[in-house]
Amino acid sequence: MIRALAALLARLGRPVLAALAGTGRIALFAADTVSHLARPPFYAREFGHALVQIGWLSLPVVGLTALFTGGALALQIYAGGARFNAEAVVPSIVAIGMVRELGPVLGGLMVAARVASSIAAEIGTMKVTEQIDALVTLSTHPMKYLTLPRVLAATLAVPVLVAVGDAIGIMGGWLVGITRLDFNSATYLKNTVDFLEPWDVMSGLIKGAVFGFLVALMGCYHGMNSGRGAQGVGRATKSAVVAASVLILAANYLLTELFFSA
Amino acid sequence: MIALHDVHKTFGTNAVLRGVTLDVPRATSCVIIGGSGTGKSVLLKCVLGLVTPDAGTITVDGIPVQDGDRDAFLARFGMLFQGGALFDSLPVWQNVAFRLLRGALKRPVPEAREIAIAKLRRVGLSPDVADKFPAELSGGMQKRVSLARAIAADPQIIFFDEPTTGLDPIMSGVINELIREIVSEMGATAMTITHDMTSVRAIADSVAMLHGGLIRWTGPVGDLDHSGDPFVDQFIHGRATGPIETLR
Repeated sequence: MIRALAALLARLGRPVLAALAGTGRIALFAADTVSHLARPPFYAREFGHALVQIGWLSLPVVGLTALFTGGALALQIYAGGARFNAEAVVPSIVAIGMVRELGPVLGGLMVAARVASSIAAEIGTMKVTEQIDALVTLSTHPMKYLTLPRVLAATLAVPVLVAVGDAIGIMGGWLVGITRLDFNSATYLKNTVDFLEPWDVMSGLIKGAVFGFLVALMGCYHGMNSGRGAQGVGRATKSAVVAASVLILAANYLLTELFFSA
Repeated sequence: MIALHDVHKTFGTNAVLRGVTLDVPRATSCVIIGGSGTGKSVLLKCVLGLVTPDAGTITVDGIPVQDGDRDAFLARFGMLFQGGALFDSLPVWQNVAFRLLRGALKRPVPEAREIAIAKLRRVGLSPDVADKFPAELSGGMQKRVSLARAIAADPQIIFFDEPTTGLDPIMSGVINELIREIVSEMGATAMTITHDMTSVRAIADSVAMLHGGLIRWTGPVGDLDHSGDPFVDQFIHGRATGPIETLR
């Protein structure tokens, strides 16, 4: 009886210990990455390249996502608001919803799908083809050369993507508002501006920075710890996207609690 | 001199190195032979510090490899990886001049490019290869680019991991000749891993056979055919029967 209970506890404890060990490894990896900020050399060219790959090239997907989300949001709020004769709140709710929640979260998830996968696949392939070992033998620290530029670029680029996404999302709502919901253009824009506070925008940008950090960190971590062969790289890529997406949603809740709970 | 003393390394339950002791004198070429999966690459990686041994000591010119300035230590090494390990995102010349474009050995870009092209010529590649990307080159050319990168900063110690694997006999001969010339001209200390007995005879001053996690036999290349060791005999003659167990 006692033996069976011990076996059950061991079976339950094993995944818990594995999860705790994984969390610890990721925390150490994050601390190591950040610590390289203060230790030269800094590879500016790699940083610039990562900025283009993560920021500039993610703009179309983030912009399109925001545009359709803003439009759908306007339709939903209009339909829901009609039950309470509150159709007039469409512009302000679209704006607040976009900048506080949907802009950063959907932008972060889109960047996770696009960037975490690509970083994990690239670094994972470098690992299995001994390119990471080659970097070390060429006196170049892989964390400095591969991880720090990508994590820093994502942390800086995602808030900019979120800001652009916010603007496009609000524009999507405005387009639907004036073409489908008979809003007056000037009134729609005035209501958007009047009800939006600087902190609404700022909180979304801070979320964007945190999400960018998490996305690149997960891409790099899973790439650096990729298994052997095509299957190993595939698994690393999948793990990076899943981990980044879950962490974004969890971090979003925590940050919302921190910023807006009474 | 590179000196390994009683080096052990275990991965999980697999004891790969079980007390390797080996000396490689300065400016000589030592070739390590042995079956697949016997830990030859792990041995080289232990010397470079890419893998940390569980026990034992490794010194280069009397200094333990884990001590001192890591960058200065690695600056003395060049390595040709089995698969080339060229950086896909960089053109050939930047791969070759990688060490010369950053860090302690940094040179102005035009000078680094000039050195890269000279090293490419040294391994028999024309300057028009310089601006291509690794994926545009054949396997033999990639191997030569990797060799050019290994010698770009004129290292004192060069490691070659399976330098002729996957190459046709003529290209293998070219690579072997290049390695021998480079080691002789540069006065470098070389450690090479290979299964290719033609390469062993072309490159080696001395040979060490790794088997069962230990150095089974070591001696001058001229003694290889008269080693008196049944393991070495079976390996160099490629016999399916003998003391080395084979899975069928």
